[in-house]
Formats: sequence, C-alpha cells, structure tokens
Amino acid sequence: MPDTTPTNGTPRIGFYVCHCGTNIAGTVDVKGLADYVATLNGVVVSREYKYMCSDPGQELIQQDIREQKLNRIVVASCSPLLHEHTFRHATAQAGLNPFFFQMVNIRENVSWVHTDHAAATEKAKDLARAAIRRVFSHKALEPKKVPINPAVLVVGGGIAGIHAALTLGNAGKHVYLVEREPTIGGHMAMFDKTFPTLDCAACILTPKMSAVKSHPNITLWTYSEVANVDGYVGNYKVKVKRKPRYIKEDLCVGCMECVTACIYKDARFPDEFNVGLSKRKPVYIPFPQATPQVVLFDPETCLQLKKGKCKQTCIEACDRECIDFTQTEEFKDIEVGTIILATGFQPFDPTKTPYYGYGQYPNVYTALEVERLVNASGPTGGEVVLRDGSHPKSVGIIHCVGSRDEKTNRWCSRVCCMYSLKLAHLVKEHTGAEVYNFYIDMRTPGKGYEEFYDKLLKEGVHFIRGRVAEVTDWAMEPQEEGKLVVRVEDTLIGTVRRVPLDMVILSQGLEPRADAQDVRRLFNISCATEGFFLERHPKLAPVNTFTDGVFIAGACQGPRDIPDTVAQAGAAAAEALALIDAGHMELEPNTAFIREEDCSGCKSCVPLCPYKAISFLEDKKKAWINEALCKGCGTCVAACPSGSIVQNLFEDEQIFNEIDGLLSELAQV
Amino acid sequence: MSQPTEKPSNGNPPATWEPRIVAFFCNWCTYTAADLAGVSRMKHAANVRIIRVMCSGRVDPQFVLEAFAKGADGVLIGGCHFGDCHYAEGNYKAARRIRMLRRVLAGMGIEADRFRLEWISASEGEKVKLVINDMAEKVKALGPLGMPGQFKEFDREMEHLEAEAGVKEVAHAG
Repeated sequence: MPDTTPTNGTPRIGFYVCHCGTNIAGTVDVKGLADYVATLNGVVVSREYKYMCSDPGQELIQQDIREQKLNRIVVASCSPLLHEHTFRHATAQAGLNPFFFQMVNIRENVSWVHTDHAAATEKAKDLARAAIRRVFSHKALEPKKVPINPAVLVVGGGIAGIHAALTLGNAGKHVYLVEREPTIGGHMAMFDKTFPTLDCAACILTPKMSAVKSHPNITLWTYSEVANVDGYVGNYKVKVKRKPRYIKEDLCVGCMECVTACIYKDARFPDEFNVGLSKRKPVYIPFPQATPQVVLFDPETCLQLKKGKCKQTCIEACDRECIDFTQTEEFKDIEVGTIILATGFQPFDPTKTPYYGYGQYPNVYTALEVERLVNASGPTGGEVVLRDGSHPKSVGIIHCVGSRDEKTNRWCSRVCCMYSLKLAHLVKEHTGAEVYNFYIDMRTPGKGYEEFYDKLLKEGVHFIRGRVAEVTDWAMEPQEEGKLVVRVEDTLIGTVRRVPLDMVILSQGLEPRADAQDVRRLFNISCATEGFFLERHPKLAPVNTFTDGVFIAGACQGPRDIPDTVAQAGAAAAEALALIDAGHMELEPNTAFIREEDCSGCKSCVPLCPYKAISFLEDKKKAWINEALCKGCGTCVAACPSGSIVQNLFEDEQIFNEIDGLLSELAQV
Repeated sequence: MSQPTEKPSNGNPPATWEPRIVAFFCNWCTYTAADLAGVSRMKHAANVRIIRVMCSGRVDPQFVLEAFAKGADGVLIGGCHFGDCHYAEGNYKAARRIRMLRRVLAGMGIEADRFRLEWISASEGEKVKLVINDMAEKVKALGPLGMPGQFKEFDREMEHLEAEAGVKEVAHAG
C-alpha cells in the first residue's frame, strides 16, 4: 500500500500524454512532450499512449502506481471537465488517494485551438511543467458525502413536466409540480392533432393531466411560481409563490355557476387559451379539460378585484362558498433533493417580421392561432373561417418565420416543417382549399415523418421552394384584388412569383422564454448563446446542467417535438432517480478551512461569504468556517490578509507552484 | 525556447519573441467557454496559459504579482458576468479587488494593457478567442515586461532598507 499520509512522502510522479487518436498527436509533439517531462524533477515515469481514457490506458497508470510506487499522477489529455473523474477513479483503484491526480488540458486548450505545431508543443510543455510542479503540494483528501432528499421539484407543467412528474411519482418519489398558468398542459394542450400520426393532442394528453392531479405522490401547484432557491444538490430549499385565484381550491368543483352568474353577461376579454381568438369572462376556467378543474378570477378584469365594487352575483351563485376575494399571495417552503426544469418555449412573435403583415392584415394568422381554429373545442368549433366569417379558398403557409434567419433567430426550430405539413393537411381536410407551402428546405427527420411529407405531396398540397419576401394586399392583376399576395422567388424554376391567397399562416419558430435569463439565475444554471438552457454536455449529458441536482427537459433546452420532449423528460427523471436511489452524492472536497494559529481575528472574511459559512468565534477571537455550508469558491481565501484560510484542492501553495511551473523556463534564463 | 535570454523592458525584442500570458479562468463560465472554443475549433493565439480556479473571487492579487514577477508579460482574469456568478457574488469581489490591484500595478510601471479582466459566460467561446487574440496582439506591441530582473532590484532595495531599519532599531534599543 502506498503511503497516504497527507503529503505522501517524496514525490514520485507518473506523467502520461494522451494522443487522443490524432486529436492531440496531430498538433502536439506527444513524444517530445513525454521526453521533456521525463527530465523534470520528481518525474519517475513519463509515457505517451494513444487513448489514456481507454481501459488499457487506465491500466497503464495503475500498473505504474503499483510497480513504480508512484504517489503523484499527471495526465495531459482533454479538459478536466470531461475526464477528471475517469482518471481520479483509476488512481483510486490502484490504491492512491485520487486527489494526488492532476489533469493537464492539452486538447481543448491546445491542440484544438492552435495550428502552429511548435507553439502548441511549447505551450503543452509549459502546462505540463506547471502541473508537475503543482502536484508536489497535493494532499490526500476525502470527498464530502451529502444525502439526497428523495423529494423532487418539477418546474413547468407542459408535457415534459407532466411526464417527468408521473415517472417519478410512479417510482414512489414525492414530486412537487409547479406550473405558472392556472392549468397544466402547456403548449401541447393547445394543439389540435399531432404529427405524423394525427392523433388528437387532447386525447393523448388529458389522461396524463388527470393522472397528475389524482396521483398520491404528486403535489400539484398551478398558478404558482418558484420565488427562491437555496441550498445544494440533495438539499434544496425552495420557496414557491402561489398566486391568489380568489377561490378556495379544495372546495371548488368546477361547476361554473359563478361564471354564468358573473355581472358581465357576455364574455368580453381575450381568452389566453385560444390566443385571443375568443372571449372569456373575468371568472373562468381556461379550457374544458383544464387541470385542476377550478375556476379563477382575473384581477385585471374582475370589477370587485379591480375597483372594489360589484354586486358579487358570483358569490350568491356559489352554494359551496368557495369564493374569497380576500385571498393574497401565499408562500410555501419545501425541501427537495433534485430539481427538473421543464419551462418550455415561447412561439416567435411575428410582429418582429412586419413584411409578413401579421397584425396589419386580418387574414394573416400564426400557426398557433390556426391550431385553435382547426380544433373542435376551439373558438369556431373547428371550422376554418376568416375573421369576416367567410371560408378561405386558398391558403398559404410560410415556413421559417423567426427561424433560420440572420435578422431574427438563426436556429432551425425543428418542428415547423412537420407542423406546417400537419396544418396543410388539416386545413385542406376542413376547407378543401388550395394549400401552398412556402419553404426553404423541407426537414423531416423522424420516424414516419418523411412518409408524412410524401403523403402530403400525394394529397395535392403545393410546395414552392423559396423564402417569402413579403405578404402584401397591393394588387397588380385583377385576380389579386381583395386578396393577400405572397411575393416569393421560386428557386426551383428561378422566377419571382406572386401568389394570391385568402389566408396566410405564419409558421412561427420556437424561442427561449422571455424570462429564461431570470429563471436560470434563480436555479444557478447557464444559458447557451441563443438563450436556451445550457446542458452539461451537448451529447453525453443533455439533461444535466453544471449545477448538480438540477436537470432540464423539453424545449427549454432547445426546440424539439413531443416525442423528443417526452424522451428527455424520462431521461431527466431517471437522472434524478439515480441520485435519489444512490442516497448520497460525493462533492468535490474543495471547501475552505481556517488555520487557527495564523488567524488574526480581523473578520475580513466574515462578510465576504455569500453562504454565511464563516462565523467569528468570540471566545477564541478567531474566524471559523462551517464546512457543510462552504461551497468552495475561495473568495475568502484570496481576501485573508494573514493567509490563514486554506482552500482544499486550490491551496495558495498549489496555485503558486502552478504559476511558477508555467514560467520557470523563463525564470531560469 | 523562443524566449530571449535577456530582455530589457524598453529594448527591442527579437522578431521571434512571443509574449507569455498567464490566465486565471473560473471553472463555471470562462473555463467552460475556453473548452467550448476548443470543441468549436476556434483557432487563436498560443500565448495564453490557463490556470483553472473555482471562481474569479479566488484570484488573490498575489497570484497576479507572482505571475508578473516570474516573467509573465500579461495576466488575464476571466469570470462570469455580473449576476451570473456560480457562487452568487465572487465576481463582484474580484472586480473590487482588481480595481485596487490596477493602481498597484500602475505604480510598478506595468502598462494597463498587460492586465485584463473579462467577463465571459460559458456560451461565449467566440469571446475567448477574440479576447485572447486582442490581448496577445497588444502585449506583443508593448514588448517584453522583464519583471524578474526588476524584482531582483526591488529585493535588493528591500534588503537595503531592512538592513538600515535594523541598524536604527539596534541603535534605538541601545
């Protein structure tokens, strides 16, 4: 057994350079690097190998630890964010404390970003020398274990949140499902049919919605938002704000007597669920299958709530005495171990592309509006009619509105080609109109998707390849009078065309929610460039974030369709379950502690800690760090005037050694 | 080594001279952004050597001074944007500390362009490239800093002062 006392005796360092195939070896002279490091003080073994992360690569390290009695390991390969745990594990397997391992990033930081082989090799040597110098002052550490609270918070009650909550609930874990709107269901509840099978969205979604409501393991809080998040993986403390519905939720049975009795005899306020295409009253239920089946009062339009003056006919009508105008915001404190964010997307606002005439011409619609129009429980009972009540004889669908566009959003929203095809089919089925699709490229990857496209081609829907320049009502020909005219270059035949139409549908892209930045700050995660939540790894950790215990699912991470969303929600639930069933998680032992003998009791550090981990011991006149609260940022360490605070893994001496190692070639000359 | 053996700070460096810049990047934003620059194969100048710390708030001003003293021609610190710190407010503390440090560095005759603080989020791989290229160019134009030599001067001065003070103290005690 190697010595595992804190400093582990005289350093006997093993150094390993990874070729990473040609990823590193193609730019860095790996042999030269290994030969150079072999000459450095303390290095006993210096090798190069094709793939250090492979089993034989790891075995190489372990064999050397055993046979050469190595007590420090340095591997020069990819980013520590990728494989640090791999090599620490390998080190530990051979009986050496894993914190005697140090990683040198010569792939992401060197070979992938430099083209000059000599300069890249030179830089790799500097970085390797710094690590060799650093491990001299490494110490044995024990990872901190934290227990995982089995309760889970799911934020967002669309199909992603619903599926994740049900999966976890079915596994016997308690789930808090928090939804901002008065009902769960999200965007999927607004859709009519789903591509490519054309099953009705409500038919497949509403059973899941009611399963959530009746599930013994799910606490459903709609019309609620997360107000604050504290704590760390396994032990999050969350404050949830419950907005007042002005209804006693446990008493209301959704009989809607109050709605009928409302002083407003006619519905006259825009109905959010039907994207403003129909009206509702100040007291309402968003849609027939809304979950929970509980009415709510809109404080913006209810006379009693807005002006404090109304006959309150609703109260008279409610024989269960559910209505309570004195309700105020309520805060619930909960403790959970893991969090799944499933906050979804927002559709692109087409008023940002004024050349398509949305808001200007009444017969230009968004795709979401048409979803409601073709829906049997929608504002027109499923009849596709224009705003003047007439039936369109020709309909155009403009793809990529707010997608694949330098001026708006650069990304492909992935679902629009398919839902445009679906709408083309539904509109044709409902109206018999001529339907034109104006597309840039048809993108239909997915099971049965290309076949669906094929089917539409056979149904006689027209496809015109070209990005639409504008929608106008300016007629140049008699047949264009009173019509909307789509101006587009048909790139397949190379001419500019003018297509007169009765109705234009804009296939709006998917965007991050307007408050995505606030939400990610609340949960301490990151957003990618375009504003969707950033995953830990684009391929290998797509539902993890950089914050342990916080997972993401669905369109909040990027545009995706329902099957992919459901798959991701299941994956996020599985990640949470893995943590819960393990019962605990190991944290980096990078916390700070105070060397009491050096502490002068100046209290500089105390107010610096954002986690209130540092307190001042009045009896000893020394500062003290509560390790359980310390998250290991090291801010106090950098501020301590007497140098009495030590951060494990990032000790002053270790960083000074790293700096000196980087520059020692210079100092010698 | 491409580094010259002697480099007075105001002399003309050889044409092959390349500045050496030490960077301290926070684990959560800027180090991740540098990884992203790597994964996206964004080619940039090879002058910067990155040291990973958990937070820009961990960067002790002494690290910066040590880097200059040991021969760095520039020092770059990268952290999360304000409001984005993984540890809530470490970057604010770094910013305050660095403002003071700038004055110390100016007093030592170290040009402002040699010391840089940048907020680079995890998604800004492009910014890593731009900042590194820009800084490398500016530091190259400034030429070698040659601090190790100067620090030896400082040390000699300190020894001299200490010796003098020692004499006085002895005299006082007497």
